Amino acid sequence: MKKEFKVIAELLPNNTRVLDVGCGDGSLMNLLKEEKNIEVRGLELNQENVQQCIHKGLPVIQGNAETELHQFPDKSFDYVVLSQTLQAFYNPEEVLKNLLRIGKSVVVSIPNFGYWKVRMKLLFFGEMPVTKTLPNTWYNTPNLHMCTIKDLFKFCYEKNINIKQVVGVNEDKTSLIKKRNLEIKNLFSKLGIFLIG
Amino acid sequence: MPSLAGLFFWMNRKIENINKIIITKPLKLDCGKTIKNFPLAYETYGKLNENKDNAILVFHALTGDQFVTGTNPVTNKEGWWVTAVGPGKAIDTDKYFVICANVIGGCMGSLGPKDTNPENNQPYGLDFPVITIKDMVKAQESLLEHLGIKKLLCATGGSMGGMQLLQFCATFPDKAFSAIPIACSSSHSAQNIALNELARQAIMADPVWDNGKYVSKNVQPKNGLAVARMVGHISYLSEKGMQEKFGRKLQEKADYEFSFNADFQVESYLRHQGYAFVERFDANSILYITRAMDYFDLSKQYKGGLVEAFKNQDTKFLVISFSSDWLYTTKENKDIVIALNASGADVSYSEILTDKGHDSFLLNEPEFLKTLKGFIDSMYEKFKNEKRI
Repeated sequence: MKKEFKVIAELLPNNTRVLDVGCGDGSLMNLLKEEKNIEVRGLELNQENVQQCIHKGLPVIQGNAETELHQFPDKSFDYVVLSQTLQAFYNPEEVLKNLLRIGKSVVVSIPNFGYWKVRMKLLFFGEMPVTKTLPNTWYNTPNLHMCTIKDLFKFCYEKNINIKQVVGVNEDKTSLIKKRNLEIKNLFSKLGIFLIG
Repeated sequence: MPSLAGLFFWMNRKIENINKIIITKPLKLDCGKTIKNFPLAYETYGKLNENKDNAILVFHALTGDQFVTGTNPVTNKEGWWVTAVGPGKAIDTDKYFVICANVIGGCMGSLGPKDTNPENNQPYGLDFPVITIKDMVKAQESLLEHLGIKKLLCATGGSMGGMQLLQFCATFPDKAFSAIPIACSSSHSAQNIALNELARQAIMADPVWDNGKYVSKNVQPKNGLAVARMVGHISYLSEKGMQEKFGRKLQEKADYEFSFNADFQVESYLRHQGYAFVERFDANSILYITRAMDYFDLSKQYKGGLVEAFKNQDTKFLVISFSSDWLYTTKENKDIVIALNASGADVSYSEILTDKGHDSFLLNEPEFLKTLKGFIDSMYEKFKNEKRI
């Protein structure tokens, strides 16, 4: 199980209602359902992934988060989860707004473009970074709006979005990110997980 | 080929031998009339297990019947959903007990316009009461009672079958553990009403139809009925699918005949489908069933609209649509999903990418059949566990 999913599962209380946007093959939904008795729903674009969720008995709606979030009523979920997809939307701001409308709180995780290896690659080699969390090259990456943990922090402040908790993940290590350690964590976290709303 | 009258006699005789129950409980129809002591023909496949938790109810579409799979004993052709239902198939009859009933208004043994009206000992014809999807569904619920099934593992149906299913879930919210509406709509669109009207007008324009009184003369308005069927067949395909299947190919000839015979393969296909159909279906039944479809508007039955119709649903839904279906579009199917979501129901949705149009649900579409199987099998595990608790 991915460390990221464990962290997300820890952020979510038992017996809640959760929408997993971009739920993939349903791994996270399964974890939440089995271990936390969470009532899960998924939204997923890829047909093969949708089928896998259905085989596992997980409720999933095939659709595009960019255009089809309107179907979910206001505050119809306790939490909405968006794992490592924010950067791939044409309009991440609009998507985030929608997530905050649907969920009472939102969990967003991003691959951190401020991670030191990523910065090194660009600074010393002058190439777009390819790492484990960013496995694609510039011409075939689905990522349109890469950002850093610091960027998302700033975004939330500017848009008056309440930040409840931020967790930095580096392999198996996790740490809480606050304003005071933001610079250093922005350098050493591969992944940032934000609980907002 | 036997004469049409002879064929009718032969079909009627065969129909005498099919499974049916007589529903004695009076059924008050939406039109205000009441029917009682009427036959409902049905067929079952597989075995109902001891816990009675493996029953799947299938609702058939406009021109379907209760013979879902195997050989239809009346037409001697394969059942209409042989691709999905049978031993080892997506709806596995080695594992599940599959039930399907002929809708009332139909012509395969359930009460319909070609039956005798007890009031005058004449065939009903247009004296048959106008029925609705809700009436059809209520009659079928009596069958479940007769079979001793309190809760179905699953109910499913495509096209009009899906419409019956939505009505069934709204009217009897605790009767199905899971439901799979396929390529359907919660209210018939203007385009679909128009196409149905075209079919009805074709039948009524045939002089043999004679205001529906043809039945007592043992004839059938086969020209009108065949045209009605051709309209249907066009709407079941997609533009791309039709182009790929037929293109401008000629029917067993090298060049145009410069006549009005079926030069093109697509013409020949339509004529074949049209005239094969008149041998197994009653023209008045088409009038009545298409009318029931046109009147279907689930949101109209509930004050709060569609969301209200699905309130308090414990049923787990899987809605399936086909990308090239222009008769019951992805948009219409998604509207069902949106309403189910808004009412808090447990709903999944999948759009199958295919060029085969509305017909896809009857064809061997691997992605569709895999999805169907995955859902039903996982629901069976859940249902068994729930019953144990």
